[in-house]
Amino acid sequence: MAIGLFDVLGPITVGPSSSHTAGAIRIGLICKILLGERVKKARITFYGSFAETYKGHGTDKAVVGGLLGFDTYNEQVRDSLTLAPLSGLDAEIIASDITADHPNTVKIEAEGANNKISLAGISVGGGAIRISEIEGYKVDVACRCDTLLIFNEDVGGVVADVSGLLADHGYNIATLSLSRSRRGAGAIMVIETDQAVDDDTAAKIERTPHIIKLIRIPKL
Amino acid sequence: MIIPSIEYIVQQTKEKACPIWQVVINEEMADSGITEEAIRERLAQTYEAMKHAAAKGITTSLRSVSGMTGGDAAKYYNHLKAGDPLLGDFCSKAVSYALATSECNASMGVIVAAPTAGSAGIMPGAFIAAQEIFGFSDRKMVNSLITAGGVGGVISERASLAGAVCGCQAECGSAAAMTAAGICELFGGTVEQCMNAGALALKNCLGLACDPVAGLVEVPCVKRNGMYTVFAITAADMALSGIKSFIPFDEVIDSMNRIGREMPACIRETGEGGLAATPTGVAAREKIFGEKK
Repeated sequence: MAIGLFDVLGPITVGPSSSHTAGAIRIGLICKILLGERVKKARITFYGSFAETYKGHGTDKAVVGGLLGFDTYNEQVRDSLTLAPLSGLDAEIIASDITADHPNTVKIEAEGANNKISLAGISVGGGAIRISEIEGYKVDVACRCDTLLIFNEDVGGVVADVSGLLADHGYNIATLSLSRSRRGAGAIMVIETDQAVDDDTAAKIERTPHIIKLIRIPKL
Repeated sequence: MIIPSIEYIVQQTKEKACPIWQVVINEEMADSGITEEAIRERLAQTYEAMKHAAAKGITTSLRSVSGMTGGDAAKYYNHLKAGDPLLGDFCSKAVSYALATSECNASMGVIVAAPTAGSAGIMPGAFIAAQEIFGFSDRKMVNSLITAGGVGGVISERASLAGAVCGCQAECGSAAAMTAAGICELFGGTVEQCMNAGALALKNCLGLACDPVAGLVEVPCVKRNGMYTVFAITAADMALSGIKSFIPFDEVIDSMNRIGREMPACIRETGEGGLAATPTGVAAREKIFGEKK
């Protein structure tokens, strides 16, 4: 598997742990980006090693810091639990004793003034993360490329429409995966592209028949 | 970058008649699409962040969140300033900066995970001390950081850089191997010498347990960073003298991987075995987390 030079020499991050702190900040930050607005309320559930050691590793401060929009190198992460109420963020931390698939798992249910989002992220080591669940759908997003999440109706031709639009606008698809909850129900497409998809193309895709919603995840 | 082996890097340097860092940059450009200039600029920032963390740890007496560690970098630095260290100038400064960086990390300060936060002190310790004492240019420092990064890339490809997978040999061991190769290059080592330096360093970290007290990146991590930066310099120095590793670097990495996967889980970052399971370690955990596990 490819590893970036800046994954080996990085990330530049607050300590003390690349998996339990840096990765956790990134999961929080991705959640805030997906919500697309200021987070007002968040329910953060830790599983496995996260649940057992979050206090000592500052994993709670890390996720809340990410939800406030802080990146890994922002020292304010240390004070995020104090800063959260001042920024109008009401964060609830729960340590679950349920065993998750991965020992470093966190589930976040976040809401802003207009939107709501729920996701689960895993911290796989060295600050690298994967988003493993979004809105109840199992996904696997590494955030190493610009990624499109497309919620669509499970009907024929949708993948062709989307890939055609991307090709027309000069975007190269690096990877594409599709999953659905059950036949004929909602499905989700995860597309990694070599370049970030612009607003215009994203809007066109979202207007395509059978597309319910599109979310862009920037590469970390 | 996807670099399959140390042997591949060595072959490329021969074919293209170029240094190690050039091979690594080529691979990174091919994989990421970023230009050499942009890579260098970002690495210069990375190196600045390393210096900043080390300086912070030296000048401020940082305490960790749990209270188990802190203040030792300043203690050792004063020892150095008083002219008392048993180690020479280079190594004693490296120890100071490595401890300082790791204390900065334990106090939730900003560090560079190189390759991980737990091993973040080893590379800056040796690199910053080398530049301060021997006056290497920033460009040369960045070149050797890239060389070190390439070694880390190979270890990640063939084994792992995570303590949870292969124990501390994958974190502090990898950091020491990366540092040894980079330092060897800084001091004019040939490609073969750099790779021997890396192999010598990693070979002597094999079997290293990851058994942090209370599961936190503090005990024994902070002091281990101080120790292993000197260890990396020793490996570089031995390689520069012409000493070779009997076992080639790739085979050492593969053996690290095998050993890691055979290690029981209790000494792979779970905080359950080794030092964490000592009476003192258990008592510390209960004090920090308030209840028995």
